[in-house]
Amino acid sequence: MSWITNTLTSTLGRKLSMSLTGLFLVSFLIVHLSGNFLLYKGDGGEAFNLYSNFMSTNGLIRVLEIGLLLGFGIHIWTASILTRMNSAARPIGYAVQKTHEKVSWFSRNMGLSGSIVLFFLIVHLINFWFPYHYQEMPMVDIEGKPYKDMYGLVARIFHDEWWYSVLYLIALLLLGFHLQHGFASAFRTLGLDHKKYNSIIEGIGNIISIILPLGFATMPVYFWFFHTV
Amino acid sequence: MNTMNLTLKIWRQPNTAAKGELKTYSISGINDHMSFLEMMDVLNENLQKKGEDPVVFDHDCREGICGACSLVINGRPHGPQQTTTCQLHMRSFKDGDTIYIEPWRAKAFPVIKDLMVNRSAFDRIQHAGGYVSVNTGSAQDANAIPIGKEIADEAFNSATCIGCGACVAACKNASAMLFVSAKISQLAMLPQGQAERNRRAEGMVAQMDQEGFGACTNTGACEAECPKQISISNIARMNREYLGAKLSSNAV
Repeated sequence: MSWITNTLTSTLGRKLSMSLTGLFLVSFLIVHLSGNFLLYKGDGGEAFNLYSNFMSTNGLIRVLEIGLLLGFGIHIWTASILTRMNSAARPIGYAVQKTHEKVSWFSRNMGLSGSIVLFFLIVHLINFWFPYHYQEMPMVDIEGKPYKDMYGLVARIFHDEWWYSVLYLIALLLLGFHLQHGFASAFRTLGLDHKKYNSIIEGIGNIISIILPLGFATMPVYFWFFHTV
Repeated sequence: MNTMNLTLKIWRQPNTAAKGELKTYSISGINDHMSFLEMMDVLNENLQKKGEDPVVFDHDCREGICGACSLVINGRPHGPQQTTTCQLHMRSFKDGDTIYIEPWRAKAFPVIKDLMVNRSAFDRIQHAGGYVSVNTGSAQDANAIPIGKEIADEAFNSATCIGCGACVAACKNASAMLFVSAKISQLAMLPQGQAERNRRAEGMVAQMDQEGFGACTNTGACEAECPKQISISNIARMNREYLGAKLSSNAV
């Protein structure tokens, strides 16, 4: 086992953890966004409530939820270790530092964008995940059976809590920049670098960094302007 | 020819343990054909005439090939041009400019004095595997070992790394990965490097970590500042080499 721990605790091993968990979390975002589009079905939230019920009761999903928790945990924990290592590698900084124009600001500040997204994530869980699992929820009947009204909660929070929607949009913007650098960077860290595919990977990274946040951003906007509770 | 008067803010530090500080110097009558290091020579002559301690900085060939010169000039390693400090000329500056001159900043590169840093961490990384240890005998006949032109060129490009450390100085994490990856790559791509390929990747990366360099964030600052235009594709190759070595070598 020593070679495994040795590999995983090296700088390259830690970057590997960042890369793999990062790409895994991207796959989660895609699934999460796809499911959330059920909000737009126009059936008063029936499909979304059934989906919420499925996601919180299905055994396989609950197992995957542990995987997701681990994915976030490893990504955040490794990031904090790397950040400390990286700042320790330069104890005395420069009096003047001029970053080359080819280097993007967000690529240098992944920790900052990530931290704000993490702050949002915690607020997000407190707002939706926590009440759904651990608090009394208003119920709705769907085909004679009672279900927790997740749709109503989403509609109410996005409609009534303007500060939450603002935080949501800010976090999405930063998530976009985080993904824009992180996606292609993850492939480089895996050693996947090839003339033919680099531009394709960067292209996909650019697309998901726009499509995913934009997709999520439609939700508060929809409930804000076009939906009455 | 133009002459210029400059204000220099130079990092002065008597020894490794001492606390350093930026000191201000005025210098006049600098010829714009001078190299940056010649300007520093003029400054040091002036300081010596006044009986002051001259500014210590690294330099050797002054032809851009040895990798001895360093200096972070106005926040950029080797200054505003993508070349070595010795090949930077004063025509890149204007009369009346203030120029900040600082040493490479990294825990693994402790300041010896003023602007001179100890880069023996790079030597120790090389000692950890950046060589071919078989006895090669006398030179082979040309084409005795067939190597594709593209591969030979790529390996040569990696081999042009002069080990100056600008990549470390430019990196926000003071990471040495551009250097290490170039040194791993130049041999990994060639037949002569195959026998020790795994041992090299594992050994050099382990030594790099032990020296206290940071990790890579793929910002690309290193390749943008590298005076030899070493590409960050080398870093991706190093990642492949290292993971492949870890998964396949017999070192448990």
